[in-house]
Amino acid sequence: MASTFQPTDDSQVLDAVTWALAEVAPLEIVGRGSKRGLGRNFQADHSLDLSGLSGINFYEPEELILSAKPATPMAEIEAALAERGQMLAFEPMDMRPILGMGAGEGSIGGVFACNLSGPRRVKSGAARDHLLGFNAVSGRAEAFKSGGRVVKNVTGYDLSKLITGSHGTLAVMTELTFKVLPAPEKTYTVLVSGLDGAAATRAMAAAMNSAHEVAGAAFLPAALAGRSDVSYVQGAGSSITALRLEGFGPSVEQRCRELREELAEFGALEELHSHNSIRFWTEIRDATCLTAPADRLIWRLSVPPTAGHQVLATLSESLGAKGFLDWSGGLVWLSLPPSGDAAHEPVRASIAPHGGHATLVRASADTRASVPVFQPQPAPLAALSARVKDSFDPKRILNPGRMVAGS
Amino acid sequence: MLMPKPDEAVLAKRGEIIAALREIVPGEGVIAEEDEMRVYESDGLSAYRQMPMIVVLPETTEQVAEILRYCHAEEVKVVPRGAGTSLSGGALPLADAVLLGLGKFNRILDVDFENRAVVTQPGVTNLGITHAVQDQGFYYAPDPSSQIACSIGGNIAENSGGVHCLKYGLTTNNVLGIEFVTIEGEVIRIGGKHLDAEGYDLLGLMTGSEGLLGVVTEVTVRILRKPATARALLVGFASSEAAGTCVAEIIGAGVIPGGMEMMDNPAINAAEDFVGTGYPRDAAALLIVELDGPEVEVDYLIGRVREIAEANGATSLRVSESEDERNAFWAGRKSAFPAVGRISPDYMCMDGTIPRKMLPEILRRMSSLSEKHGLRVANVFHAGDGNLHPLILFDANQPGELETAEAFGGDILKACVELGGVLTGEHGVGIEKRDLMGEMFTEVDLDQQQRVKCAFDAKGLLNPGKVFPKLHRCAELGRMVVHQGKMPFPDIPRF
Repeated sequence: MASTFQPTDDSQVLDAVTWALAEVAPLEIVGRGSKRGLGRNFQADHSLDLSGLSGINFYEPEELILSAKPATPMAEIEAALAERGQMLAFEPMDMRPILGMGAGEGSIGGVFACNLSGPRRVKSGAARDHLLGFNAVSGRAEAFKSGGRVVKNVTGYDLSKLITGSHGTLAVMTELTFKVLPAPEKTYTVLVSGLDGAAATRAMAAAMNSAHEVAGAAFLPAALAGRSDVSYVQGAGSSITALRLEGFGPSVEQRCRELREELAEFGALEELHSHNSIRFWTEIRDATCLTAPADRLIWRLSVPPTAGHQVLATLSESLGAKGFLDWSGGLVWLSLPPSGDAAHEPVRASIAPHGGHATLVRASADTRASVPVFQPQPAPLAALSARVKDSFDPKRILNPGRMVAGS
Repeated sequence: MLMPKPDEAVLAKRGEIIAALREIVPGEGVIAEEDEMRVYESDGLSAYRQMPMIVVLPETTEQVAEILRYCHAEEVKVVPRGAGTSLSGGALPLADAVLLGLGKFNRILDVDFENRAVVTQPGVTNLGITHAVQDQGFYYAPDPSSQIACSIGGNIAENSGGVHCLKYGLTTNNVLGIEFVTIEGEVIRIGGKHLDAEGYDLLGLMTGSEGLLGVVTEVTVRILRKPATARALLVGFASSEAAGTCVAEIIGAGVIPGGMEMMDNPAINAAEDFVGTGYPRDAAALLIVELDGPEVEVDYLIGRVREIAEANGATSLRVSESEDERNAFWAGRKSAFPAVGRISPDYMCMDGTIPRKMLPEILRRMSSLSEKHGLRVANVFHAGDGNLHPLILFDANQPGELETAEAFGGDILKACVELGGVLTGEHGVGIEKRDLMGEMFTEVDLDQQQRVKCAFDAKGLLNPGKVFPKLHRCAELGRMVVHQGKMPFPDIPRF
């Protein structure tokens, strides 16, 4: 009979995994469940629900670190950080809007397990760049730790990188220690209207290559700009290319002036300030303009920045895709009409000439069981990854099949 | 330092191995004469020396793959080597191993400003990358102090840091992709000009793996636009506590300096004797705080940092008003190692990290350890990220002093771990800190790391004897004791 185990401390997590190993009974690892619909659809006999392992262990603002249990709600962490004027610099997205999950909220464990990073990725790095250390229980039912609580650390292999983005397939994290950073005093956004994808990419590259420390560069085609809740963007009636500037007040104002001068040749310019600027980037981060209609497929593609607009144009024409660009053109968010195979072949063929990877973020459970959700790997890399999985979880009891069929 | 016992069977067929390698790398790419191999007998940690069995210097990825395939089939150990500047013995040869030098991989393959990426061979120096892009106003951010000599491939192996990594990250945060060859001779590419490799983050795992997992043959790094300007403050304090508090408050105020360095009184005086740029000789601690970025921001932040420093009782404070002055502030810090070299016949450079707030405590402990061991110590820190470089002064010609210095160094690193820190911040474990790994990790922790090694190198042929204090066979590590029987957790809520 399928059970859900709800451990309340590390030793109970160890007990549960020990039992599952003995029984060779696969476990689905769940934090708060908000990203359960992400990844391949797989069958597990039992669930390991970590919601009992919640709360901040310690937060030291002067040391720029925070340590928390895996199911600590993101809201709790963000509130603690906001109180001290700090933030998670990698800007993790909230997947609830596009996955259509009403209940539950994201957990810090889920954020790192999925390596979720938002628009500031281009300046401040990914989730994987912020995890300093962790404690976990491997699929061998052994409690182990890696890393530490300091940024400068090359003692042993950097398993923090490996565990980040492993979707719970290597070990069950029981404690995470990560880097936090000061939140900006001010956020301005420079908007250029009316560019096509190619010109927008040139404008974004010019901004990223300037000395103005741009902390976000996105392009919304006209149809999607109209879906924004930020009134200027919604009413623009044309495409919007957005460049974000953050930091100390006087610096942001000065850089904004200079960036506007440098971008003047591209088209009409406008500025968003504090509240509107923050709202706009939250929309980009969460891809909210693609939320409806709920039956459309959603893909997320990472490609070289100059290739994104070409991929978007190709797939718009051939498959009726709608989409937008983040990461200075390097991140392509796509919405496609529903289909059984999620058009995975043409989508992946479109990025092949450029290099990169495509993840199927939203599709029916059936589709996510039959189509490779994550980018298929060349045979030697796939074999190596499978051996890495085996080194943590030889009996394949932790989220087996979440990333790759059969492993 | 005990190294694995050389394999007599391998040594016995040395001639055969040389011939086979010459088939793969023709001409002068295989070095077997003792005189010519001498230059490879140590790396930057020159207290340890060992002649390699054979040196091979391939020029192509295919040659690397063939060499590794051959060594794998014949069960011959391989030690990869970049520029040989490791400070932890990561490239120390083994008597029964082929030393695989990547020095001929010295070309930059692609400079792509639009995608802010450089594709390069691993033997190119760290500074060589910056040189290739600086005419367009770009640079490669990680700047280990050996950057004029160290190779980017070696930087990947060691996850090298530098003065600017507080703000710009370590090597791992600046690498976009690699091509590497496994010990079985498979060529694997991860990442590229796009962000975030798909699947498990093997790029992150390979970075800092000290040559134990694969041989990197191509690297793609991210380049950055140079900050518009940089200015520095030079601040003296009457106590290290005051300097430590100042560091914490600067960060607490939301300021992330491009670099924040601290020196203690012996280091200040050694540097002042050497370059004489006006460091305050009576200060107990000296901070160099560099702010970089847009001009208006830097000017604004200089003001903020000045206020914080004065509130913490700074005994002297200067702000650079020109590039010359800024460089003069740094001159003493940058020459700290040779400066200390002048006041002592030998010195040993340590590399622990502690939580920033523990700076005063570790200094107290170091001074009592200094008395205990009867050796002097001078300190330079990357204060912003708590990375310490204590320089232990000794004389290798005095019997027993090297051993005393090693014991002193070990005690310092143990203290770092006790205070919540780690054994090595940027120099790597190598052989130097290998036997201290147990201070930081349990046997279970280390076994799991070694199992990861087994996933890449089941025969344990790549750089053995480094990083891990005990070598285990992979079969032994793979064994599992499974507790059969009843559900052992009646207390876990289930529904």
